[in-house]
Amino acid sequence: MNSDRGIPLGRAAFLGTVVAGIGGIALTSRFSGAVSSAMSGVAGAIPVVKEIAPTKGWRIYAVNPPMPVFDPASYKLELGGIVDNARTLTWDEVAALPTELQVSDFHCVTGWSVNGVQWQGIRPRTIVDLCRPTAVTTHVTFFSSEHPYMDQLTLDQFLEADVMLATGMDGRPVPRAHGAPLRLVVPRMYGYKGVKWVNAIRFDPGPVFGYWEQRGYDIDAWVGDSNGL
Amino acid sequence: MASERIRRFSRTERLAHWWLAATTGLMTVTGAFLYFPALAQLLDRPTAKLLHLVAAIALPAGWLLLTLVGDHRALGRTLRDADRLDDDDLKWLSGGPRRLVNRDDEPPQGRLNAGQKLNLMVTLGLMVVLGVTGVLLWLGERDTTYRFAGSVHVHDLATLALTFLVAGHLYLALLHPTTSPALEGMTGGSVDREWARRHHAKWVAAEEASGAAEEPAEPAVLATGSERLPER
Repeated sequence: MNSDRGIPLGRAAFLGTVVAGIGGIALTSRFSGAVSSAMSGVAGAIPVVKEIAPTKGWRIYAVNPPMPVFDPASYKLELGGIVDNARTLTWDEVAALPTELQVSDFHCVTGWSVNGVQWQGIRPRTIVDLCRPTAVTTHVTFFSSEHPYMDQLTLDQFLEADVMLATGMDGRPVPRAHGAPLRLVVPRMYGYKGVKWVNAIRFDPGPVFGYWEQRGYDIDAWVGDSNGL
Repeated sequence: MASERIRRFSRTERLAHWWLAATTGLMTVTGAFLYFPALAQLLDRPTAKLLHLVAAIALPAGWLLLTLVGDHRALGRTLRDADRLDDDDLKWLSGGPRRLVNRDDEPPQGRLNAGQKLNLMVTLGLMVVLGVTGVLLWLGERDTTYRFAGSVHVHDLATLALTFLVAGHLYLALLHPTTSPALEGMTGGSVDREWARRHHAKWVAAEEASGAAEEPAEPAVLATGSERLPER
């Protein structure tokens, strides 16, 4: 067979695939923004979709679907562990706590990021002052109403200046898919540390493995310095 | 008298194919463990990631080794065959969907038919895309400067495209009655001459004209049988 006959469509297919793929890295970034805008328009007209529709490149993970549903009347936030002032707060009491705004990037360990997320939330110092953990407290464990999800930070990590318990996201209450009504935000750690649907916070005298850490993920999930090979 | 079988793929070509299948299969499985939360609970992340990266490095390393110590001329021949599509190839492509249903006669084809040519070249292109986006994802774990939103999208889309290609490839290789005999060429190296004459007529005619590709009358389905033949 004479291989020199015919037209080089094979290399065209190869190069076309490569160019589409490499060019797609740039294009899909812009494209995903357009899709998000379009989805927001559609979702805005349908309340249920509005609650669960991801925006701006988010990918929503749940380990025990369906995602918890927030009911302000029955919601309770338990604050306990080795503290002087264990408390159980209603949603009205949580919502009355002082909040701050911050804009930070979100990084998922699976490779995607969402830049410039606006969070509104309660600073850790407010919680610490409320509970007054004893001197032997070294860690803080966060429990999700999506059982059995939980994770933990050291007390020092919890008190970092950019950590918060978010009640708002991008100018509205934290949506269901993002952990309504309360989620932990730790911008410099991968997203699995940011427990969603938080319903209990426990001050502990030592470390425990979080949900994903029991499955091989790093305990200290610093972006750029963990979970790599 | 020509033997009943005709040599289609050299040992080097077959090794290159099965190395691609093995490493890509491992990357697909371990990638699924890394990607889907439900599966991620069955295999710990460090193990899945280690296997994924080892397979990603092993694929080009194995191909490089094959090129250096194997029959690089056979690999070059395959690439040249896959590169050029003639008028019969274009007719084969345009009539493909109808032919799968009606079993119409197909335009005479070379050693690789037009679908196999495009499948090979698109697969190689997807390997490059997956490699580039994979490196970016790996770098992005170390420095967020390299975290592009599109990297993970394109890695996902390329994986999806490859999955469809492999699914079609497996169907044609294992189940479709007129194409499944081709699998013997990728296991033992040779195929039934009469089957080849029907589906790769131009190739058989060229080989018979040159006197090449003679296969002794021995079972050639098993790799060990055909490996006794000299490499082409």
